Amino acid sequence: MRRYVAGRLAQAVGVLWAAYTVSFFVLYYLPGDPVAAMFGGGADAATINPAQLDELRHRYGFDKPVIVQYFDYLGKALRGDFGNSVSSGRSVSSTLGHALPQTFALAGAALLLSVVLGGALAISASYTRRRWLRQALLSLPSLGASLPGFWVGLMLIELFSFRVEWFPAFGHGGLRGLVLPAVTLAVPGTALLAQILAKGLVAALDEPYVQTAQSKGASRWRIHLRHTLRNASLPALTVLGLIGGQLLANAVVVETVFAREGLGRITASAVSTQDIPLVQGVVVFGALVFVVLNLIIDLAYPLLDPRIIASPRAGRAIVGAGA
Amino acid sequence: MINELAGQTEVTVDRDADADADAQTHAYSHADPVSHTDPVSGQPRRAARVNHAARFFVRRPGLVLSIILVLLVVVAAFWPGGLSARDPLRGHPANSFRGPSRSHWFGTDALGRDEYSRVVHGAQLSLKATLIAVAVAFVVGALIGLVAGCAGRWIESLLMRFVDVLLSIPSLLLSLALVTALGYGTVKVAVAVGIASVAAFARVMRAEVLRVRHATYVEASRSCGGRWLFVLWRHVLPNAIGPVLVLATIDFGAAILAVSSLSYLGYGAPPPAPEWGTLVATGRNYLSNAWWLTALPGLTIVATVLATNRISRALDGEWVRQR
Amino acid sequence: MGAAAVTGVTPAVPEEERPLLRVRDLSVSYRAHGGEVRAVGGVDLDVRRGEVVALVGESGSGKSTTSHAIIRLLPDTGWIDAGTVHFGSRELTGLSERELRTVRGAEISLIPQDPGVCLNPVQRVGEQVAEVLRIHHLSTRRTVRADAIEILARAGFPDPATRARQYPHELSGGMRQRALIAIAIAAEPKLIIADEPTSALDVTVQRRILDHLQELTAQSGTAILLVTHDLGVAADRADRLVVMSQGRVVEAGPTREVLDDPRHAYTRRLLASAPSLHIAGARVSVAEVAAPVAEIPAQAAPVDEAVAAVTHLVKDFALPHTGGPQRAVRAVDDVSFTVRRGRTLALVGESGSGKSTSARLLLRLTEPSAGTIHFGGLDVTSLRGERLRQLRRRAQLIYQNPYASLDPRLSIGEVVSEPLRVFRVGDRAAQLARVRELLDRVALPSTVINRRPAELSGGQRQRVAIARALALRPELVVCDEPVSALDLSVQAQVLALLAELQNELGVAYLFISHDLAVVRQIAHEVAVMQAGRIVEQGGAEELFTNPTHEYTRELLAAIPGRGAGTTEGRVSGHAR
Repeated sequence: MRRYVAGRLAQAVGVLWAAYTVSFFVLYYLPGDPVAAMFGGGADAATINPAQLDELRHRYGFDKPVIVQYFDYLGKALRGDFGNSVSSGRSVSSTLGHALPQTFALAGAALLLSVVLGGALAISASYTRRRWLRQALLSLPSLGASLPGFWVGLMLIELFSFRVEWFPAFGHGGLRGLVLPAVTLAVPGTALLAQILAKGLVAALDEPYVQTAQSKGASRWRIHLRHTLRNASLPALTVLGLIGGQLLANAVVVETVFAREGLGRITASAVSTQDIPLVQGVVVFGALVFVVLNLIIDLAYPLLDPRIIASPRAGRAIVGAGA
Repeated sequence: MINELAGQTEVTVDRDADADADAQTHAYSHADPVSHTDPVSGQPRRAARVNHAARFFVRRPGLVLSIILVLLVVVAAFWPGGLSARDPLRGHPANSFRGPSRSHWFGTDALGRDEYSRVVHGAQLSLKATLIAVAVAFVVGALIGLVAGCAGRWIESLLMRFVDVLLSIPSLLLSLALVTALGYGTVKVAVAVGIASVAAFARVMRAEVLRVRHATYVEASRSCGGRWLFVLWRHVLPNAIGPVLVLATIDFGAAILAVSSLSYLGYGAPPPAPEWGTLVATGRNYLSNAWWLTALPGLTIVATVLATNRISRALDGEWVRQR
Repeated sequence: MGAAAVTGVTPAVPEEERPLLRVRDLSVSYRAHGGEVRAVGGVDLDVRRGEVVALVGESGSGKSTTSHAIIRLLPDTGWIDAGTVHFGSRELTGLSERELRTVRGAEISLIPQDPGVCLNPVQRVGEQVAEVLRIHHLSTRRTVRADAIEILARAGFPDPATRARQYPHELSGGMRQRALIAIAIAAEPKLIIADEPTSALDVTVQRRILDHLQELTAQSGTAILLVTHDLGVAADRADRLVVMSQGRVVEAGPTREVLDDPRHAYTRRLLASAPSLHIAGARVSVAEVAAPVAEIPAQAAPVDEAVAAVTHLVKDFALPHTGGPQRAVRAVDDVSFTVRRGRTLALVGESGSGKSTSARLLLRLTEPSAGTIHFGGLDVTSLRGERLRQLRRRAQLIYQNPYASLDPRLSIGEVVSEPLRVFRVGDRAAQLARVRELLDRVALPSTVINRRPAELSGGQRQRVAIARALALRPELVVCDEPVSALDLSVQAQVLALLAELQNELGVAYLFISHDLAVVRQIAHEVAVMQAGRIVEQGGAEELFTNPTHEYTRELLAAIPGRGAGTTEGRVSGHAR
């Protein structure tokens, strides 16, 4: 068990390093000249003359060979220093740290909603014997997965803020202000989770061990609770890791729609101003969230399915199957 | 048991025994022993097939509707004048903010431009971006997967670790990073969206190649003396590409959503050009007084995504049955 | 348990004389491909108290459907059209789901077919047994664990307390089957429906488990409805036989009567093609199908001309690295044999004995760890590249599963012509002519040339595989369990075809099988493998009549239909 954990930890660190490397080269070298992109591409390109650009290049270390720059930056990143935001001048880590609580509250609420709603939807679809009801319930997730997040947000505002004025449209007025953004953010996750879990539950009902349980005299409810749910929850758990990462990314859209302060809003404006250090910070942070979530989930697998402990890599093999 | 319960096997098995017995008794009589036991041959076959197809579609009105809708979108993209005679760019200020009516199906915007005609003309940019995104993901992903699956050893490990890294960065964040590096515009947004879903294609392709590569019929071909490239071309690729094509159709809906999200955030085509995401973003400003400017372009996106998802589900089913 | 008794109805016949289970005119249909298919029609079936009744038929005969319909365990797409099922004083087809649950498990239990998938993979074995007791309130919360362990012990588990805490994947196939038996006997039911209870297991395990089950039920007076495709198993175990074909009962009666004097043509065919039943007599030619098989070619070619030979072959497979020193499992251990022109050498053994690996080593599909392989006097052990490819012309392979060995996307013509194409034998027209000739050889009509594998039956597909194997006129064909995926009557035909082709073409076979009864029909020489080693090797006749190694004797004894002395007498009597 300890070997397994150590192995998975090493793997996680490797993925993080690779994510840093990929984002470094994509962001700093794909545009050609990062300094020109950061300072020249902005609104007042004319105000910066070549001499100033050279000065900036030197200050950011872009006059050194690529490989030296990379290790300079990596060394700093290992100490938690992702550089300073170009537009605000504040350090990337403190900017992110400042915005984090808002976004975590939002994402946490959305994740909880997804699990509760998605689980309820899937179980009722699998439990019912009425074909039409099952078909109706099973068509909801694919509808949910087809909705653009920004549009859902705007429609909710239109209905619940402008028409009936139940919830505030913008800003973050405590718990009430959290409701609409959280629901918006939860839609794709709920849909995905319900889809995967329902598919697993319905498929598990055809498994021979269910027939064994029936031949024991077990009721349908007992079969769901004791047999199919646990067997079907494994792929759903995998998908949960995926959803966690997506929540952070979708927060960019949702926070923009609802004009909430947070990580997503910062990301959106960083992309607009080509604030490369800040964007890289967000990307690496996104990878960190994903990796940590999946680490937790991988460690939870053996608790759910005793067969997994034998093959430490099995967990990875399932990840992405639902993507 | 399972086999026996599927009524279809029941029938096949009966024919099995009969046909074999037949073949045995007629062994060398140069007659045509099977044709009279098997009515499915020659001319009647084609009629039966047409009949079968007709029944297939009549039973699935949703699918027919989806196909019609997607065809309409394609027509809108290549020949917008056929669906709307009005100019999407010229407005009549006197006509501003008219709700949906018989003369303006989707109402008019702040400048009095016909929203329906803007949506029709927007199809071109949206569809183009979606096609580019899917093509990039398909070509790059399938190539990575094919090479990884065939080459094995360290090449496979290296490529798949790279794919793991791509997967670990939430796709929207990855797209945003690429947009930061590449800059704005419809094509750049499309490429960014495409690259973000390369990983899924690579994984499916590799998994299929591995599955097919170890299939008995591939080994049978090898043991018949087939060269590796011959076997790859004749057996592995045709049998492995199916699920990847299906994934491409599934990815289509996701790409529409991702492209429209990015253009909603303002990274797509610059303002006067009508693009679906941009239309919703513009409509947001008039949410309180002109709901149709957000609701109807958004609904168009939803309907298109639903339709492509429905079609891809149908294709998926057929692929599965063919195997 | 008391709930079983009477629900107000006064039985007209004394309890003892009425059958325990009385099925009348039972019909079951399925919804399939937009239509309805009747799987079972008008079935009558009686099971008396403490009796073993065997329901025999080939796959698709409706026997499983019948047995599941009794406790209404049909899939959502199936339903009972008509008929009655009386169990004791209750009529089961009319019960509500809730009432039925009190019957299932408590009074009628089921032993399902495949122990590999019929246990819940994420629940401990003890808990799965205990569930029966919990559902029917046969134990208190405190005693349920101990009770489950005791039941496991009765089902033949060594060290049941430890086993109860294990998960299904930690148990062997035989142990899993015992767990399912434990579940079935937990509530001491009056009737156990055993649906092919051992067909997924090796023969020796199969015999031990069936013995144990019969012993258990004999003690408690439980009746068994044994569903099986294996007439041998049925003959050994059952008091009465019910033979089904195409959804109908074609014959029923006491086992001995049915075997000695089969009335229905189908029963006779089934009897004739059941290889195990005539292994006892000396090469029986009971019926039309089996006749040509017995004609094993004697002098087709000069004997002793070796086509292929392996000497001191060893194959180690590395186990997944789990820390510590690298471990390996030896799959093939010092194996030597020679295949001669126009003759058949059979490699016999249970699954995991290394017989398939040996054949793959011979064909150079797997690299040997040690030893040499000769082909017609040429050492091919380390042949590579183009020269290895040329070797493929001389040795071909027929796989066990004809469903997997043909590319589903190619037409039959393309499949058969592939070896000709890759070796550029003749032009297109010549290849087509050769394909037609080959299809004719294996008794397939030339119309199949444009069909796809999915449109053919299992037997026909295996004929296609044989045609492909013969396309290049090889000297050796390796047949890896070529008939074990096929139904009995089709098996006999394919074996006959193989024997006939050998007679005409003088090709040598390396025939791999776990089924001694099949081997008996085709082999000239036999090598018996156990745990990677050849334990006995010799002429087929000699080895079958006079086995010297203990394992060979055990294998021979485990063949169903040969077990009890009475059976042997019965069968040879029939043969005469």
